[in-house]
Amino acid sequence: METTLTSGRIRVRPRTRANIVLHVTLIVLVLLTIYGLATLDTRNINIFTAFGDMLNNFRIVLFEARLKNLSWLELFRELMITVALGLITTVLGAIIAFFVALFAAQNLAPRRVTDAVKAVMAFIRAVPTVLWVLFFAVTAGLGSIAAVVGMTFHSISYLVKAYAETFEELDEGVLEALRASGANWWQTIFQAVVPSSASALLSWTFVRFEINFSVAIAMGATAGAGGIGFDMFMASAFYLDLRELGIFTYAVLIFAILLEWGATRLKETVGVKRQA
Amino acid sequence: MSLLEVDAVTKRYGPETLALDSVTFSVQPGEFVAIIGPSGAGKSTLLRCINRLIDITAGDIRFAGVSVPTLRGSALRRHRIQIGMIFQHYNLVNRLSVLENVLHGRLGYKNTLQGILGLYSEEEKREAVRILETLGLSEQMYKRCDQLSGGQKQRVGIARALVQQPKMLLCDEPIASLDPSSAKVIMDTLQEINRSTGITVLVNLHQVDVALHYAKRIIGMNRGRIVYDGAPHNLSSDQIYHIYGSEAGELILDLKERYAA
Amino acid sequence: MQPNAFLRRRRLQSIFFLAVIAAITYGSMVLTQFDLVQGLGVIPRAFVWAITNFVPDERAWSRLPRILEKLQETVLVAVASSTIASIFGLGLALLGANTTRPHPWFSLPARAIASIFRNIDVSVWALILLFSFGQSGFTGFFALSFVTFGFITRVMIETIDEVGIEPVEALRATGASYAAIISQSVIPACLPQLISWVLYMIETNIRSATLVGILTGTGIGFLFDLYFKSFSYGSASLVVLATVVAVLLIEAVSNYIRRTIL
Repeated sequence: METTLTSGRIRVRPRTRANIVLHVTLIVLVLLTIYGLATLDTRNINIFTAFGDMLNNFRIVLFEARLKNLSWLELFRELMITVALGLITTVLGAIIAFFVALFAAQNLAPRRVTDAVKAVMAFIRAVPTVLWVLFFAVTAGLGSIAAVVGMTFHSISYLVKAYAETFEELDEGVLEALRASGANWWQTIFQAVVPSSASALLSWTFVRFEINFSVAIAMGATAGAGGIGFDMFMASAFYLDLRELGIFTYAVLIFAILLEWGATRLKETVGVKRQA
Repeated sequence: MSLLEVDAVTKRYGPETLALDSVTFSVQPGEFVAIIGPSGAGKSTLLRCINRLIDITAGDIRFAGVSVPTLRGSALRRHRIQIGMIFQHYNLVNRLSVLENVLHGRLGYKNTLQGILGLYSEEEKREAVRILETLGLSEQMYKRCDQLSGGQKQRVGIARALVQQPKMLLCDEPIASLDPSSAKVIMDTLQEINRSTGITVLVNLHQVDVALHYAKRIIGMNRGRIVYDGAPHNLSSDQIYHIYGSEAGELILDLKERYAA
Repeated sequence: MQPNAFLRRRRLQSIFFLAVIAAITYGSMVLTQFDLVQGLGVIPRAFVWAITNFVPDERAWSRLPRILEKLQETVLVAVASSTIASIFGLGLALLGANTTRPHPWFSLPARAIASIFRNIDVSVWALILLFSFGQSGFTGFFALSFVTFGFITRVMIETIDEVGIEPVEALRATGASYAAIISQSVIPACLPQLISWVLYMIETNIRSATLVGILTGTGIGFLFDLYFKSFSYGSASLVVLATVVAVLLIEAVSNYIRRTIL
């Protein structure tokens, strides 16, 4: 520690590693942002007229929304297809992820196994969902099968991480007590691990459902998964109908807010923080 | 002339709760006053009315001849500069260093730009370091506040108040979260500041024995009213019972033990 | 018999819950015409196909410079949108958080605005923005920024309120101005969390940018789509590989930064 009461300037902020890393990170982010904006592929679009245009388009979406190519019943059906895609992938993902996560939690499996499982999961997670869906579409063709399998893959990798972390937070004493009483591995899982982490697992699963609903919209728009995402893509790219797109936007926004509200309520009762 | 005059101050929260009920007292420069009373008596509210962290409902507060309740903007900030405040939970920015937290006491003197950028003069920094040395914290100057003990944190809080060069210190339960030996250090420090610099000290305390030991004057509060105002040695067991109500039994027992010892 | 009845009821509840989920899932499969058996069959076939066809070939490697160029474009858009949106998000969070809002009336509108921005999916934003910005980098940039803005506002409101009113109260008592309190107390206390969330959003936005790129014809998503639709699977696989390396690299750097500053 430097002496300070002598002549010369007194340093106010200590030069700790945390402070240095914080500042370097900030500076790098700002520089990359400036460079990113300077090299943005603008394709000769005048940002100011386009921005004004955007505000006007928002007004149309908000206040002049109406249906044209679809009836309200069809809209509901399309929305439900998207919800169904989100639900199937969440349920399948949760079932598979539960068993995989048992081998990814350090208090349940040997270190070598957990490291390997976590590495594979990190790889799966690093591939954007849309690339997974398109990958499976090569053999399955574009449609619900490729969409479900691709989305499930990404869900598994996400849920394995969340579940494994939940398992790792379990009280070691509970596990020990059961092991001491002669319970085998599977008994320990279903008598101690599952009951004490069930609500946290449920909360994470619901968060993933929230995500998968959004992903299902995106896959409808980009990877032929059907549902409301596909209708939105058609309205935007094919019919150029901003007003009908407005109705679709309202529909998915309301549903997403409902889901978020549900997830928040679940998290509050369970006390799980959103994943960082 | 009194430094502080509190005149028939009333504070209501909603139509039902009366936190302060026509409180009147005045404080002379250099006094060491302890305000005692059970939790919920309105002690914290009273202190926060003096530096206007809370607005009063009726009455008047004059500090150094200036009427406080109508102050706005920069005049209010100038008023707050003259009063240092010390909190039960220290109220430090835990991620920042001790020195940075102490220098926060100078922010009231800054214009907007200086305040936003946190520009302090060398003079101010030297003063902050000097105060930290007198409080025995020079070793901790560059430590993060969350690495300090409770007693050390409270001394940082005192240092932050002192760099303001205040006329008065408002101490809101300064020792309620501390162990007995740290509490003694803090109370001794406050007493020493009062004696050597003549800064007026107004301290909220829950513990009667501490108040009796340090204060020259006791104000007893109950349910938003002043029920005792006078010298510590005139405070009888009956009056303590009057101030604390049903909580009193334990306190009087403590008191007897202290006198017996 | 009390404990037995209790256990039996809990088991019945669990079974009922699982049965409902199973029924809804089955209904969903009917609605989406998803066949579980076919779905399971796809996985081995896809990977067998991948071993021979989805590996970078010579032509793919010759395209590497172009792939890296597009990847850089995507990463930069993700960084720029995350950073800029976070600045605005922090601003709205300060207006909306209980401890820093200028007036209680600000809270609800701030939270409502944030909710709308983050609950419209990035692909939906892109479809709307295509009308004004066309197939340019702006579409993706704004789509990512809007979602990030809503997300950062929400998490920063929580972070600011977690830090609590205490330091703010102490600085008010010293006579500090509102601006000084924010910049000297609230922001230093929340900055590590904010950076952590920005890094998280950059990771998320690289994946989202790939998706948006398919819609707007920009960045690495466009390139993947191009190779994929022209059956250049070797090149497409190299795109995936490059993306994975970039994401994992950024994750590693983020984790290091998080460990150091939090």
